[in-house]
Amino acid sequence: MAHLLRRATFGPRAMDLDEAERIGFGATLDGLLTQTGPTPGTDPGAERTPVPPAERDPYAVLPKNADGDAKAAAVKAQKAQVVALTSWWVNRMVSAEHQAREKLTFFWHGHWATSAQKVRSANLMRTQQQTLYRLAGGDFGPMVHAMVRDPALIYWLDGQRNSAAAPNENLARELMELFTLGIGNYSEADVKEGARALTGWQLDRVEGTASFSPKRFDSKPKTILGKRADHDADDFVELLLAHPATAKFVTARLWFRYASGEPVPAQTHERLVAAYGAKRDITAALRAMFTDPAFAATRGQLVKQPVEWAVGAMRQLGVEPGSWKENDRKQLNAALDALGQVPFAPPSVGGWPAGAAWLTTSTTQVRLGLANRFANNVSPATLDAVASAPAAGRPDALARLLAVESFSTRTRAVLLDAGNSGKQADLRRQIALALASPEYCVQ
Amino acid sequence: MDTVTRRRFLVASGVVGGTALAAGAGTLTWRELFRTEKLRSGHSTGTLVLITLYGGNDGLATVVPHADPAYRQARGDLAIPGESVLPLDQTVGLSPSLAAFKRQFDAGHLAVVRGVGYPKPDRSHFRSMDIWQTADPVQPGNTGWIGRFLDANRAADSRWAVTFEPVLPPVLAGASKAGAAVTTNGLKLPSGYRTPMLAGLGRPEEESPLRARAARAFADLVRVDEMVRGLPEHEETEETEDGMPAATSTGGGKASLAQQLRLIARCVEAEVAPRVYSASLGGFDLHADGHEAQLTLLRDLDKAVGSFLDRMARTPAGRRVVVAVYSEFGRRVRANASDGTDHGTASDMFLLGVPVRGGLYGAPPSLTDLDDGDLKYTTDFRDVYGTLLADVLDTDPAQVLGGWTGRLPELLH
Repeated sequence: MAHLLRRATFGPRAMDLDEAERIGFGATLDGLLTQTGPTPGTDPGAERTPVPPAERDPYAVLPKNADGDAKAAAVKAQKAQVVALTSWWVNRMVSAEHQAREKLTFFWHGHWATSAQKVRSANLMRTQQQTLYRLAGGDFGPMVHAMVRDPALIYWLDGQRNSAAAPNENLARELMELFTLGIGNYSEADVKEGARALTGWQLDRVEGTASFSPKRFDSKPKTILGKRADHDADDFVELLLAHPATAKFVTARLWFRYASGEPVPAQTHERLVAAYGAKRDITAALRAMFTDPAFAATRGQLVKQPVEWAVGAMRQLGVEPGSWKENDRKQLNAALDALGQVPFAPPSVGGWPAGAAWLTTSTTQVRLGLANRFANNVSPATLDAVASAPAAGRPDALARLLAVESFSTRTRAVLLDAGNSGKQADLRRQIALALASPEYCVQ
Repeated sequence: MDTVTRRRFLVASGVVGGTALAAGAGTLTWRELFRTEKLRSGHSTGTLVLITLYGGNDGLATVVPHADPAYRQARGDLAIPGESVLPLDQTVGLSPSLAAFKRQFDAGHLAVVRGVGYPKPDRSHFRSMDIWQTADPVQPGNTGWIGRFLDANRAADSRWAVTFEPVLPPVLAGASKAGAAVTTNGLKLPSGYRTPMLAGLGRPEEESPLRARAARAFADLVRVDEMVRGLPEHEETEETEDGMPAATSTGGGKASLAQQLRLIARCVEAEVAPRVYSASLGGFDLHADGHEAQLTLLRDLDKAVGSFLDRMARTPAGRRVVVAVYSEFGRRVRANASDGTDHGTASDMFLLGVPVRGGLYGAPPSLTDLDDGDLKYTTDFRDVYGTLLADVLDTDPAQVLGGWTGRLPELLH
């Protein structure tokens, strides 16, 4: 049960675990999966952290003859918008009750990995994030159709430069390699022909929209994945969705981020693909994964990504970054950057790394520093809960607080040693060390 | 900003899963590196500095076949005119950004190997980079060719192959051994935290390999703490104006190559253990508006490598250094409509340094006899690796390259 919550959500709190025990595994799983669907019900945590209103891209609205100073000011304003949007998302992930949906949205962000550092417009990134949130669960098809016309993705992969006159292959290639089929399931000819099917899309960076311009579209027949017709973007997407490799690829990606960095066992993979099925149902695939015997055996095989680690920790400690002063929020973003993962800023279209890549000496040091910051902002209620445990029982109290199965002898010794006076500073240090511990970071 | 924020390229790659990595090889501190001095003294073997250009550098805008009408026709406005290039012979010249490379060429210390590639080229960044780093064009596995060089040398350990980036690139991971990511920043603990706490969290337990790796990172951190004051000449890492790293859609990010090469220079001069250094520069995936951006990137490359080589020429150890520069592929011969170029295939490799016999090697690929719009390779990349293994690293190439015996015999003195 705790394993399910640790994987399906960012960081289950003791009360979440208690509630799950009370209602049982089946009802808990149903609840989590309902969150990902079209009718998730109300989420007071999300309502407390509403999406910031769309703002025009300050650079895009500049007149053509704007001088250097105006441009520099606009670039600065763009960056400030992106930072604000990033802070909002982190805050939302911490606050939302529908943790499974938030985590799935973040999974999709890593899947369609688009970076504001090229796109630059907070407005475009916001639109993409909302699309991923809206279409997170259920049928994968609408998401792919939406993404080939998503302004941020198009700009990220030069889709607006792709025209009948001379196609630009960037988007077509990554669409097949990284988003749907996976490598080895298409030919170079498919890339070239697919690029032609994606021609015609243009961006309005002022309005933050993408539109189809028939003049720029290559309407001649193309052969994609063996089918010849005058395919357009939606036809191309349908071919990708119908291809058996897509089901295999997408379910393997879910396994990779939710279950284990080890390859999905063949029989489990078959079950996930079957659940995904003709309805291309992501929610059903998640259900199949979480209930698969192989999933239960993946304990200790997943390194928390930095955002997962930080969001889960803040939630468990009752830390609300939205109430922090601006400078502290900046420090949080800087620490996430030093850990190698900032929302809206994946390192490449391949998304973020996984596993041991997060476990370097440098990240260990940064993680401890950020854990210390969290511990210094812990809610009074959380601190009281830890303080109420007798000194010798504090490792167990921390394990309960942080949904850790149990701390090893090594970590227990460190925790006991760090907090024998029971003073507030000691308690905080114990919390931070527990957050930095191998048992918390690798679950 | 410290070096940890440099992002790496290991994502869609399965290569990082090498067993040596999971076992926790791969971090080393400056002081440990400098303690290795003795390992190297008395040696007069060569040192390899491998520079990876992430994103697919446009070979035709780097070594420019300006005299070929097919070049001007294919590249249109992107074509670099003959009067702008730095001539290597009557027909080809270097990008105007590569002034230091040109100086090296004129001094006889730059070899340009034309049309390097592999059979059945793959145009995926991630797959092609796997192929280059594993040296296996058929089935790129989970070991890199430098990692296997370590495997093949009984005396080798992780100090023989290092990078100054925070994460180990796949090329340095072997089956039983792996190179090291050397940390250069000291340990700064929040107040109230003491080293024994970290040492405690670093104690091994019966646990999953990844959890053991997390613990090992604490133990390594303690060793960083021990050496923090012994750092030789600390240099600040460069950062972008707002402190944010620049990103590109294919990784490689904002690594300052100059900074990496300065660290490498200090190590070479101190004659410490490493036989191979890995460094990188990213941002070459220029599908749109590529001209200015590539000129800038090549200028960065030129400045960094130029000053590194000038410095290397001053010491005996430096005069045994060979720099090899490659990218995962070149770009399509014909420019696209976005004033950029799409993913291509074969491209030129650069070898630089005093041991290098300068000149143009191999056959330039035809610009008209194409493989689906792309250049046909004329030299297998394993021939270049084989040469570097045999003549710089004193290692039997066949052992490292799965039996491959091809070489370019005249390339090095």
